[in-house]
Amino acid sequence: MKEQTLHAAEAGSPPGGLREGVRRAFLRHEWLRAYTLVSPTLILLIVAMAAPIGVLVGLSLWTQSGMEFDRTLTLANYETFFGKKIYPLVLWRSIQISALVAFATVLLAYPLAYFIAFHVQRHKMVWLILITLPFWTSYLLRVFAWKLILGYNGVVNSGLTTLGLIEQPLEFILYNVTAVVITLAHAWAAFAILPIYVSLEKIDRSLIDAAHDLGEGPVMTFLRVTLPLSMPGVIAATLLVFIPTVGDYVTPKLVGGTTGIMIGNLIQSAFGRGANWPMGAAIAVISMLMVTLAVCVFLGGVKGLKKLLA
Amino acid sequence: MPDEAFISILDVSKHFGPVKAVDRVSINIAQGEFFALLGPSGCGKTTLLRMLAGFEAPTLGEIYIDDQPTASMPPYQRPVNMVFQNYAIFPHLNVYQNIAFGLRKEKLSRSDLDARVNEALALIKLEGYGTRGANELSGGQRQRVALARALIKRPKVLLLDEPLGALDKKLREQMQIELRQLQKSVGITFVFVTHDQEEALTMSDRIAVMSEGHVLEIGSPEGLYERPRTRFVADFIGTMNFFEGRVRAREGGKIAVDAERVGEVQVPADDYDFNAGDTVVVALRPENIRMRPGRPDLTANMAHGTMSNAAYLGDRAHIYVQTEGSEQPILVAMQNLDGAASSATHGERSVALQWSEQAVLLLRPE
Amino acid sequence: MNVRVSRAKMGWLGLYAATYLTFIYLPVLLLPVFSFNDAIYVAFPIKGFTLKWWEEMVAHEGMLQSLRNSLKVGVAVSIISTVFGVLAAKAFTRYRMPGSRALTGFFSIPLVIPLIILGIALLTVLTTVGVSLSLYTIMLGHVVICVPFAMFIMISRLEGFDQSVEEAAQDLGETPWMTFWRVTFPLALPGIMASMLLTFTISFDEFLLAFFLAGDQLTLPIYIWGQLRFPKKLPSVLALGSAILLATTILVTVAMMFVRRKGD
Repeated sequence: MKEQTLHAAEAGSPPGGLREGVRRAFLRHEWLRAYTLVSPTLILLIVAMAAPIGVLVGLSLWTQSGMEFDRTLTLANYETFFGKKIYPLVLWRSIQISALVAFATVLLAYPLAYFIAFHVQRHKMVWLILITLPFWTSYLLRVFAWKLILGYNGVVNSGLTTLGLIEQPLEFILYNVTAVVITLAHAWAAFAILPIYVSLEKIDRSLIDAAHDLGEGPVMTFLRVTLPLSMPGVIAATLLVFIPTVGDYVTPKLVGGTTGIMIGNLIQSAFGRGANWPMGAAIAVISMLMVTLAVCVFLGGVKGLKKLLA
Repeated sequence: MPDEAFISILDVSKHFGPVKAVDRVSINIAQGEFFALLGPSGCGKTTLLRMLAGFEAPTLGEIYIDDQPTASMPPYQRPVNMVFQNYAIFPHLNVYQNIAFGLRKEKLSRSDLDARVNEALALIKLEGYGTRGANELSGGQRQRVALARALIKRPKVLLLDEPLGALDKKLREQMQIELRQLQKSVGITFVFVTHDQEEALTMSDRIAVMSEGHVLEIGSPEGLYERPRTRFVADFIGTMNFFEGRVRAREGGKIAVDAERVGEVQVPADDYDFNAGDTVVVALRPENIRMRPGRPDLTANMAHGTMSNAAYLGDRAHIYVQTEGSEQPILVAMQNLDGAASSATHGERSVALQWSEQAVLLLRPE
Repeated sequence: MNVRVSRAKMGWLGLYAATYLTFIYLPVLLLPVFSFNDAIYVAFPIKGFTLKWWEEMVAHEGMLQSLRNSLKVGVAVSIISTVFGVLAAKAFTRYRMPGSRALTGFFSIPLVIPLIILGIALLTVLTTVGVSLSLYTIMLGHVVICVPFAMFIMISRLEGFDQSVEEAAQDLGETPWMTFWRVTFPLALPGIMASMLLTFTISFDEFLLAFFLAGDQLTLPIYIWGQLRFPKKLPSVLALGSAILLATTILVTVAMMFVRRKGD
């Protein structure tokens, strides 16, 4: 009896047929169970993310002729992109704006995250909620609110007028790059604070005690222990702000004016009323590549910096 | 396969990528046996236990429990239960609910369930603790709850993964005896994983010593302690002095060995098949060496040296004796009979060592 | 001496934190202010107090319809992405699987992809295949961006308790299915709640993606986007925004009190 089952198993035809065979395979192979569990997500992301982006790349190689697509493969859209000055210029400006936003957001968020992680003793949760609460209001309305602050009759202008510092409301504070940067830095603050806070909170407090014990003062301890250990959070925060903001088209449209236009606006109009989808796809593909390149440069820089300090 | 084999592990291997955590292991365990898997961490003993429980599938080979092949048996269908290393008490359930967890399928009436759980609580001497939360238990109590939770299922085999590892020394020694008594009274086969050789010696009927995925030896505690067949086992179980040597002659029912540090060693020849010229390892337990002051003439099975160091352990003393021309001392254990150990550690520094032929073990070099 | 230093530091940092909070809250608090302002144009100076924008909001069928749509999408997205996230997190935390690092990387892409790109890519595929745009296409897009959030929350929750309790349940005779319901689910519940809350919020507020994927039925952000161009409708939009802020504040406070009580 025992021998029989052994032989059957060796022959590759388990007793009980296919169902039993599948059951045995599942018991035997962990990876089979694991992949079954991730398969819904995997299939979803392949079908609804990876494949569409592939299609987008394909689309960028077509051209628009009237209402129809011309399906001959060509790099015409890419030639247009680099042929006209406006496209590279706007893309470069978008990357600069997003980089500036990411830098400012992280820089402003770090002391706050540090404060909550190290100085708030009992009500950390309250602080975290206080910080996230404003982000539960509509993104659009938050962006719009900056119009109210920076606008012609906005908070800043009425304040300054009331104080008698200016006669006429200032016009230059809205509809430009600065307004875009301030608005984005505000809108994405939580995405910077939370990862940095988490990485600071994780730091074993005895390491800081050890640094003090080994003779480092508070400043050097921060530079040599706390800051390096919180770098994963800083990097995550930078990327979480930088990459998504490059594609934002709402903020520039609401507060950017003509000088604050970003690449997202060009893509959006190509897919909207401008209706040149292949061109829009080409802009999107180039933007993706450039953003990826920028991220690589950033990560490479961080790595180099680490080596330099170590 | 012997008839009494209740658990048969047949040529079982488990590979994790390139690592062979368990490599071609075969063990038979009889019904009602208290069986220990002993070895240092990373030797594969826990992986083997988890294969018995069904949490890992063997890469090669087959495991039979009570004559049933287990390859297509998931953990929840196996007639085995496990006491986990950290006890795995369900943190969201109280003691009663933890113990009753596995009885859901038996669809007992409320009163039957109460009776079973109370019986189990009595067995582990935790009557009245049913409503305690999982987080209100001490380490020892958690261990008992884990035990009751497994035993209430009336398994054919109980698997225990370092069940005493998390307890302090006193409690551990007490639980060793209790576990042993419990196993005798319920009559269930226990398979027990430990890295603590003393624990394995105290509790088990038989021990399998494992190293790097292999089973080196299987035997009774006495057999493994007194007649180990490999240097690893001799070293891992108890303490042992080793001396490299070469067989000079085999004559007159004796084997004569020239060994480093201790000179000529004579052993009864019946037990070994070594011949003249073979290299061997001479093994000597510290407690089998007698020590006295002075510097007599040497015959076989004698050595002399100077005491270099002594560790006083209360009931006995460990004395390190340095022989001429060698860095490595010989360890001698001395019972502290009437303060003998403490006076010896303060006595003469030049000493003679002597042992009987029967105390000497010859092992194959590895 | 040391104490005094850290007090001083605490003072500066505390001051900074307060300033930061003002920066975060100032724009947001303008919304309720203007929702009560008795003027059509949303601009300073403030004219007087009125409730008419709130009344208009309550009576505004288009706005309420889009609110209902957003709730529908948000609830569906939070359930689907949390289920997906729980399954994937279970695989990553409980099994050895080849390629798990590459998979984690792949699954995190939606966290950082510019949404406009995902939006136009999905739009292109959907129109090519001939799927008409609807709330379902918005849901699809939102599940894609929410799954990684759900997954990472669940991973950290599942790592928070020892896998051996799940093994113990199976050892005691429970099938994987019942083990999930009797052990994993109750222990992972706080994570599941957090995941559902977060994914709901993301979906409820998401505009950049939904803008490309919406058909006739609008979600609230798309509706608001339309209203931003019509100053007359704006004050009642602000009223709605304030109402949502108020509702979430109450919800979060209650939830926190509940968590607190349970923690004690």
